[in-house]
Parts: sequence; C-alpha cells; structure tokens
Amino acid sequence: MTHLFFFLTVALYCCATIAYLACIIRTSPLLTCWTARLLTGGFTAHLLSTIHLAVKMKYLPLTNMQESLSFFSLAIVGAFIFFDRKYKVTTLGSFVVPVALLMLVASSSLHAEVRQLPPILQSNWFWIHALLAFASYAFFTIAAGIAVMYLIQRYFLKTKHFGALFQKLPSLETMDEISYRCLTAGWPLLTIAIISGSIWSEKAMGSYWIWDRKQTWSLIIWFIYAALLHGRITIGWRGKRAAILSIIGFIVVLFTFFGMKHSITW
Amino acid sequence: MNIIVVGLSHKTATVEIREKVAFSPNQIEKPLTALINLDGIIEGVIVSTCNRVEIYATTRDIAGGTARIKRFMAEYHHLPFETIEPHLYSFHAEAAIRHVFRVASSLDSMVVGEPQILGQIKTSYGYAAEFKSSGIILNRFLHKAFSVAKRVRTETKIASSAVSVAFAAVELAKKILGDLSDKTIMLIGAGEMCELAAKHFLNSGAKGVMVTNRTFERAVRLAEEFGGEAVPFESFLDHLHRADIVLSSTGAPHCIIGPKDAEEIVRKRRFNPIFFIDIAVPRDIDPKVDDVENAYLFTVDHLQEIVQANLAQRNLEAAKAEEIIEQEIGQFHKWLSTLEVTPTIVALRNRFDEIRRAEIDKTVSGWKDLPPEAEKRLESLTIAIMNKLLHTPTSVLKQAGQGGRVDLYIDAIRQLFELESLQRNDEELELEE
Repeated sequence: MTHLFFFLTVALYCCATIAYLACIIRTSPLLTCWTARLLTGGFTAHLLSTIHLAVKMKYLPLTNMQESLSFFSLAIVGAFIFFDRKYKVTTLGSFVVPVALLMLVASSSLHAEVRQLPPILQSNWFWIHALLAFASYAFFTIAAGIAVMYLIQRYFLKTKHFGALFQKLPSLETMDEISYRCLTAGWPLLTIAIISGSIWSEKAMGSYWIWDRKQTWSLIIWFIYAALLHGRITIGWRGKRAAILSIIGFIVVLFTFFGMKHSITW
Repeated sequence: MNIIVVGLSHKTATVEIREKVAFSPNQIEKPLTALINLDGIIEGVIVSTCNRVEIYATTRDIAGGTARIKRFMAEYHHLPFETIEPHLYSFHAEAAIRHVFRVASSLDSMVVGEPQILGQIKTSYGYAAEFKSSGIILNRFLHKAFSVAKRVRTETKIASSAVSVAFAAVELAKKILGDLSDKTIMLIGAGEMCELAAKHFLNSGAKGVMVTNRTFERAVRLAEEFGGEAVPFESFLDHLHRADIVLSSTGAPHCIIGPKDAEEIVRKRRFNPIFFIDIAVPRDIDPKVDDVENAYLFTVDHLQEIVQANLAQRNLEAAKAEEIIEQEIGQFHKWLSTLEVTPTIVALRNRFDEIRRAEIDKTVSGWKDLPPEAEKRLESLTIAIMNKLLHTPTSVLKQAGQGGRVDLYIDAIRQLFELESLQRNDEELELEE
C-alpha cells in the first residue's frame, strides 16, 4: 500500500516536473491549470503515503535519511502549493518542483529497513523538533528558488534582455514579498525547532547543548537567516544582496542536512 | 441571400475623408432606417469608428445593393459621390465574411491586435438590434464574428503584448514594481510622450503624480490636470525618493540625475526598487544610474526595442489567427447557403419522402400475402398525402422568396423539421454573454 502511494507520487511528480518545465516554454492557461492539478494530485498521494507509513510504523517517518528526504520533499511541495495559490507563481514551480522530485527519488534509492525505534527517539520533543525543522527548511527552499528567479529577472532588467523567460517570471516586487514571507515564517519555525531540539537533547542526553556538528551547523543556519531578517527589517535589505544571502543560507541548509550526522548514532 | 460589405478604413482613406463619412452614434437610428429602406437591402448594420466606416448588409442583388449603399454613403453625408468613391471597398460572399471576421479579430486594425475594435462592433451591432435593422442573417453573422474574435484572442497571443512605447513602459514597470496601485509617478519636464506615459500609468492604477518643471507655473498647471502635486525644479531631488516611477524629458543639456543621486535616493527608499524612464535627448539621467542596485533605468530606445519585438511577435500570431478565420468562414458559409428557397424545399421534400418510405417498408415487410396491386396503391396514396401536405408550405415559401424576409421562414422550417444539424453551440455561448 505504501509502495503503491509512493510510486503514484513519483509518477505524478515526474509528470508535474515535465509540465512545469513545459510551462517555461509554452504559455497556455489550460497547461498551467493541469500542471497545478498534477502537482496537487502528487502532493495528496505523497501525504497519504506518509500518513500510511506513520500509522503502520506508529511513529512519524522522520527518523532516517530516507524518511527525512521524502518528508523534506513533501514539505517543499506543500509550501509551493501554498504560495502558488496566493501569488499565482507557476514559474516558481519550474524551479522547486524538480528539486522536490529529486529528493523523493533519492529517498527511495536509499536502503529502507524495518526496525525498532531506538529509545532515544521516543520523545515528543524530538517529533516537534524534526517536524518544525523540515517546515522551516521548506520555506528556505522556496526562498532560495525565488532568489534564483530574482537574480535571473534582475539580470534581464539590467542587461535589457526581454525574452520569453522575462515575460514568464513574476515581478521583482512579488518575488521580494514571497521571499520576505518565507523568512518571517521559516526563521521563527527554525528557532522553535532548535529550542525543542535542545530540550530533547537534555531529556535524551542530559545536556541542552552538546556542540555536536549538527547542532553547530543548525546554529550557523539560524544566524544566517537571523542576519537576513534583521537586515531586511532594520535597513531594508532586499534585492540582489538578500537573494544571494538566501541562496547561501539554502546551501548551508543542504550541507547540514546531507553532510552533518548527529554525533549520536542510532 | 448574400452578405455584402461596403466601407472605407485607414487603409484606403485619410482621416479627412473618414471623418466626413462617419456616422454619429447619437443619431444612428436615422441612417439605419434609411439603409434598410434602400431598394433591395434587407438587413443592415453600420460600424463607424475613427479608423473605419463600414456597412454590413444582406441583399439578393449583389451588384445593385453594393452600388446603392455606396451612393447612400455619399448622399447621406451630402458629399459628391466622386470624392469618396475611390476610397470605398466592397466585398460579397466569402470575402465579405472574411473581412468582417478579420476586422472583429483586430487583424485589419492600424495596430494589429488592439482590443477596442471588437467592443466597437458590438456596440454598433447593439444599435442595429435595437432599431431592428439587423435580422436573422446579420444577427447570426455578427455573433459568429464575435465568437471568432474570441477564439483568436484566446488561441493566439495576438493581443498579449504592448505595442506602444507608453504601454511598454507600463508593462515594464509592472515587471519591477508589481501592482501599480500604490505607486507614485514623478514627471520631470513636460513633453507629449511623458504626459501620455503618465496617463497610461494613472489608467493602470498608479496612485499619485508629482510634477516638476523649470517653469513652475507649467508644473502647477500639469499637476492640476493630473490631480497631482507640483514640486519646484530646484529641489526636485529631495522629493525623488517618494516616487516609484520617474519619467524624465527636460531640455537640459547635461544629466540632471547622476549615480550618486540615485544611490542616495535608493537608500532613502530603504532599497525599494525605483524605475527611471529617460525620454530626453540629450539624456537627463546618467546611464551609470542603471548600475546602482535597485535602480532600473530605461531609455526610449529600450522601450522602442520592446515594441518592435512585440510587433514582430504579433505578426507571427496574426498568421495563426488567419488560419482560425479560414476554418470559421467555411462553417459559416455552409450555414448561409442553406438559407435559400430551393435547397430548403428539396431538403423538406426529401425529409418527408424519407419518412414515407420508412413507414411503407415497415408496413409492407410485416404483411405476408400482400398483392402487388395493393402495394402500388399504397405507394401512390402516401405520395398523394405527402404532396398535399407539402403543397401549401412550398408555395408560401416560393412566394416569400420574392419578397423580403424569406430567411425567417427558411430558418424556421429548417429548425422545425431538423433539416440540417447546424453548429450553433458557439453562437449560443456568445449570446449568453
């Protein structure tokens, strides 16, 4: 059953990715409409498969790389659907949906094992921590996608190239607003995630902060986005500088997610 | 029944001629009534815009009808026929259908793809419908033209891009500033292009205008016109940060806004983007302003480039539109040709005969020892009934054929007896609007 949902999700995300890429080349309201429907279908299948897995395993599927990647992908698509509903930014899909697809495919290629959950993970603080962390990562992914689009659009405006992609990309103002919303949603989520993580750490290991690599890098991410948000609110940082910083932030997120294992192993 | 088109447009006549033959919408009833009272003209619609004056009519006599309408256009405006005759064009049959479809789809417009013409034809048709000068054929014909225009609009990108410098500026501003409804414009200097662009920005929802000019009175006058605020030229830089869109066209011999100013302004704006348009020659705004982050500078040449590219795109799209029109002409022409007396009578007879044969076959096949004599009698009996039944409608139809509104009868008969399955879905859709 989980497999069925999973393959359905991969198939639908694949179709949606192709459709979103096609949207860059072709303009057609019908295509845009069906592309969004494909993705919503994929998201529904993905959500059902995750719920099904959670019910079967009796825990949230966030405990290893495979489960986390799939959840990361789910969160990205969810966040994108939210922004697409609000701002009608089909082109953003062309940038982030392929990323979600890649993550999902990577997650299935990793080895899955059925196992007993280690006691260290059997804490509510851990679930809160993981859930919120992925929610914030999803917003940062969207922010990075928007930042890439912003830089492309800015390049077109500065070099006076007004091609088809220029027409497709949303206005600088819209992208700026989405980016700001991602920050104001992602950063508080990350803050709570880090706090709940440290509480979990205290419960599980007896210390709030153990300076392991994952914790340290999470803190670096927190500082990057805090700086971005601070600069935005106080000085009005936006445009190119903010875009570059969002991309750097996202690279660090990816690096932390893939490269940094907790020093504690389970 | 034939559709004819007589008229003149920007392609055949100068504005001096066009304005002489224009029909005022305030008193359109008079010419419409006069038009359908012309000998041999059955229905008529008058389309009169600043770029074209055209009459669509139906008649049985193409040559006579066309000539009479041409005369009518001159006589109605008390003009000597010779002055307008060389500018007039006329079409009939397929060419007339094609012409009206192309006009409605804005393929014949001065700026291909401009959206006004469809509305203008709709209004003209509204008058004709109100004063009952259009009948079944022109009603169907114009609704078809509207649906063709809609198809062209949705299936091609003919009207999707700006083709004037002012519009290009608005489109570009939207790409930078998004929604223009809370944005402010600053006009530096005066000039036709600047004012036109400002009007376009205000029409697109821009909130406020600031005007500055070397002669302050002029700034005040212009500000009043736009409902904006006049700013002294000496201190306009101090107000520039309040503007999101800056339109500049002074006669200054050197640049009046440099990169240092732009940097300062952007900082004051808390790095909100600002959009400069420099229309002046020599330039008012230093090209280096474009290097300032969050400042975007465009000159008239850039806007012109966009317009040229859009025009080229439109012409490509126009080819697609012509294809759509060709398809639709075929369909409409088919319907039109069914509105003739003889084919209708034939179709009606065939229909009756079909039913008669079917019933006879049913009866005969179930009747085992039917003598051949009886079968013959049965045959002639049913034929006699059929002929009697058809006699009156046929003669009424033939008589009506000599007079005016035969198409009403024909259309009714065709619908009552389902003589042709007509494609009317698209027309009905259009009627609902």
